[in-house]
Formats: sequence, C-alpha cells, structure tokens
Amino acid sequence: MASLARLALAEEEIEPMARELSAVLEHVARIGELDLEGVAPTSHVVEVTGALRPDEPRPCLPREVALAQAPAVADDGFLVPSPQA
Amino acid sequence: MGGAHELTAAQAAGEIAAGSLSAAELFEAYRARAAADAAAGEHGLNCFTWVAEHAPRDGAAAAAPLAGVPLAVKDLFCTEGVPSQSGSRILAGYLPPYTATVVRALAAAGAPLLAKTNQDEFAMGSSNENSAFGPVRNPWDRRRVPGGSSGGSAAAVAAGLAPWALGTDTGGSIRQPAALCGIVGLKPTYGAVSRYGMIAFASSLDQAGPLTRDVRDAALALRHMVGRDPCDATSLAFPEEIAEPAAERLDGVRLGVPEELTGEGIEAGVLDRFNAALASAEELGAQIEQVRLPHAPHALSAYYVIAPAEASSNLARFDGVRYGLRAASSSKADGDGDLIGMYTRTRHDGFGAEVKRRIMLGTYALSSGYYDAYYGRAQRVRTKIAEDFRAAFAQVELILTPTAPSVAFGLGEKTSDPLAMYLNDFCTVPMSLAGIPAISIPCGLSQGLPVGLQIAAPAFAENRLLDAAHALERALAFDSAVAHV
Repeated sequence: MASLARLALAEEEIEPMARELSAVLEHVARIGELDLEGVAPTSHVVEVTGALRPDEPRPCLPREVALAQAPAVADDGFLVPSPQA
Repeated sequence: MGGAHELTAAQAAGEIAAGSLSAAELFEAYRARAAADAAAGEHGLNCFTWVAEHAPRDGAAAAAPLAGVPLAVKDLFCTEGVPSQSGSRILAGYLPPYTATVVRALAAAGAPLLAKTNQDEFAMGSSNENSAFGPVRNPWDRRRVPGGSSGGSAAAVAAGLAPWALGTDTGGSIRQPAALCGIVGLKPTYGAVSRYGMIAFASSLDQAGPLTRDVRDAALALRHMVGRDPCDATSLAFPEEIAEPAAERLDGVRLGVPEELTGEGIEAGVLDRFNAALASAEELGAQIEQVRLPHAPHALSAYYVIAPAEASSNLARFDGVRYGLRAASSSKADGDGDLIGMYTRTRHDGFGAEVKRRIMLGTYALSSGYYDAYYGRAQRVRTKIAEDFRAAFAQVELILTPTAPSVAFGLGEKTSDPLAMYLNDFCTVPMSLAGIPAISIPCGLSQGLPVGLQIAAPAFAENRLLDAAHALERALAFDSAVAHV
C-alpha cells in the first residue's frame, strides 16, 4: 500500500500505522451494515449544469515563473533523477 | 483599556470611512500586537506563520467597501510571493506565482493581507497539533487546543490579533475551531465560494469561509467572497446578494433539533448550554421541533473514507519535482538513487504522521478490490445524508446542534488516538457531506471555556442562516472580551 502511495515508511512507523489504520477501518466498516440497495452514489453535491466553457486558448504561466519554485531545473524543464538509475 | 483591535471589522471600517481611524494606523496596531505575541514565545499563541512587513501603501483603500480593514488568511490560500505551505514541511519555502480568488476579491474590496495563519497540515486535523510550525494555543487557556484545522485563524480573531480571518472547512475546520475559541465561523454552501488557489485537501468538500467576532462581520466578508469564478468549474453564481443581517426576533421560525446529533457523545456541559440556547430561541418566538437525520450517525464513517480518498489523490502532486522539498539523493550504490526513490523519500521526509495516515487510508479505500466496499459505499451514504437533510428542511427552516461534542481539550490529550480526534467532527461532518451552509456562534461557557451552537440551512439559504444567527447572537449576548489578552 505504501508503495502504491509513493510513500517510504521507516521500520518504526509501520506497526503504529497498521494499528491506527485498523482501528479507523473497523469504525468506518459500520457503513457496511446499511441497506444501500438501489441508492445512487453522490457524484456532485449541488446541482451544476452547463459548467463547460468555450475551448479558447488563453495565456498561461510563463515558463520561467513555472520553473522558479522547482528544486532543480535544466534546459527549460524540471530536472529529476533518471528512472533507470 | 480599549483599543482599535477591540473593534469588529464592520466597526473599524465605519470609523475609517468616517475619518476617526486611519487604515494605516489600524494595520500597524495589528502588526504591533502580532510582534508582541511572537515575542512571548512559549506563552504566545503561535497563530501566525507570516506577518506583513508594512501596511499597503495604496491610500485608496479607505474608499473601498471594507475600508482597509486588514485580513488574516489561512496558510493554505496561495498568496503571490508570500509563503504558502499549508502547514507542511513538504512545501517549505514555496512562494506561489498567483493569489487565491477569494483573497484577491477581499483585497479588491479593501481588506489587505495582514498575516498567514497556522493550521493543521493540509487541513487534516481537529486540534492544530499537526502543523510543521508547531501547535497553536487557545487564547482562553494556553494549555488547550484552539481546534482545527483553521486553529490559527480562530485563535487570532479570538485574541484580537486580527479583526477577521479566512479559513477553510472540509468536515468542520472553520466551525469547530470557531466554537472552541468563542467566535463566529461560517462554512458556505459548497460551490458558493471559489476554491481557486486553495491548496486542496478533499475537493468535493473543501469550502472557504470567514472567522469573525460577530455575525455581521461574517455576512460582510461573505458578501465579497461569493460568486462564480471561471477558474473554479464547481463555483456557482450566488442567487442573491448577501444582506446585512438585521433580525432581532425569530417569530414563527421553525427550528429543527435532530436527536441523532444532540444526545450520546455530547459532553453534559455542552448539552446544557445548547438547551439554554434553544430556550432563548423560543423566547425570541421560534418553534423548536424534533427532526430525524437517520443516516447522520454514519456521516463520520463516510467522511473518513471520502476525504482521505480525495486527499490521497490531491496530495500525489507533492513529489519533489515542481515545488517545495526534495529529499537529498542517496548514493547510487544502494540502488535508491532513482526517480521512484526520490518521490518516496521526499514524501517520507515532507509529510507529517496524520497526513501519511490519511494518504494510506485513502489509497486503501480506492484500491482495486476495495473501492466498492469503501469509496463506492461511502458515496451512497452521502446521498442518503443529503436526502435526510432535504426531508428535514421540508419540515423546518433551520437545524440546530452543538458545533463540537466538547469544549477545548488539552494539548496532547488526543494525539495518540486518531479515532478519538476524528470524533470531534461528529456534529459538523453531516452538513459538509450534504454541501449545505452552517455557522457556529458562541452560546456560553462550560468549565470556563466557550461552547459553540451550530445552525445549518438549505443550500444557498445563507441570508436566512445569518439572520437567525444574528437574532440568537443578540439574545445570547456572549462576552468574548476575556480572550482579548
């Protein structure tokens, strides 16, 4: 689960995490008792119609502004370690 | 001795407009109070993460509707060139290239940015103890929590360190700290206020709202916050102008009290104040009726599936690539110098324990094979909760509950038991799931600490909500001056 979440957990974090998550899951499992046959899941809580806008090009953040907060940049892009390393 | 910091925002705006107070003086007075609180160290409130260095130089503010009355803003609102890290180490040093729509709108109406406020990391918490900046203390008793996640905003307003503040509410994060600090906190209808520029927690629930000294200030702030924003596709045009609340009576108004949220699990002293508030409402002419919200007891379970699920998705963006923290690369010899290793180590170092817990919970609830049992089921419960409210609002105009099940608890008291912490949101989460507006107003003291009264209304009935809150506020005559120290 931690690797799915892209989260490294230290050895000493694993046991408390498992214990706390079990307690929470046990509590939320109570919704399993409800009869929800035929009930539609909520997709949006207030009615919204016509939320589409015209597909027109608009200015976006300049490249140097978008890159300004990055930990590492190279050649006008975000620099990351090689996936093959 | 009185001072400009004792004025409500509306009073201060009135004095500035009349020429008896200058906007620059007011701003400097608040800066001085922030500096004094910071200098108090361990005895201070730790409610600010950043304070403006000088008053805005634009002298035109006095002519704007909010007349230059300064505003404190929760850390998670992006503010251009001003640190915005949502209480997290993973956004250390982040300076956003743009400003959140609501902060811009309030600044344009004449409320300049005074300070950014401390909060639970990514708004996940009910005590403001999950912050990279350390816990906020409650101005009523500094050994106690201010509530969360907008704890810094609530403490600042309660202590006279800001005239008003912005917070965000996902499952109670405006209303619960407002209750625990003895001030007013309003969560608007989902979609009433733009979320553009808010660092997201759970997008189907997050709403911005004001934390204020009184109901009139909440209405004044909200008036300049609502409306459709082309940058947020879930925002909607508000159907009417937010009026100045003026009601003094509640003659003929039907108020519903749901037994599911006013019995078991609520502290006796809180129930006592709640019942006294109901008696006041009756004296004002209101009719109190029992209503049923049969699925409300399951709201907390549904919420603690839906919110972590959305958070696990929203927080995937924090990976050390585009902004904030990147973990130092380890040597290639241990095979960990790759891209995935950089992601996982950055997230290990950057996120606090509660955020990791919720990411894990959300990842689990969305994972193949568990989706239907958790997320799918929770979204069906959400539908039932919204139906419960619709049925209740066919019978009554407003619904009343306590805001929080207890008064402010001790720092460190609940940090080792996540489930006990989550139970703080018992009364506030149902309204969040239904997307309806709710306000918390102070309704008295228990054990010398403030108790909050929650009033909820149907979607877009904010004017009705504010009017009733105004009438009750007058009748309850809560004295908040004690926290202005």
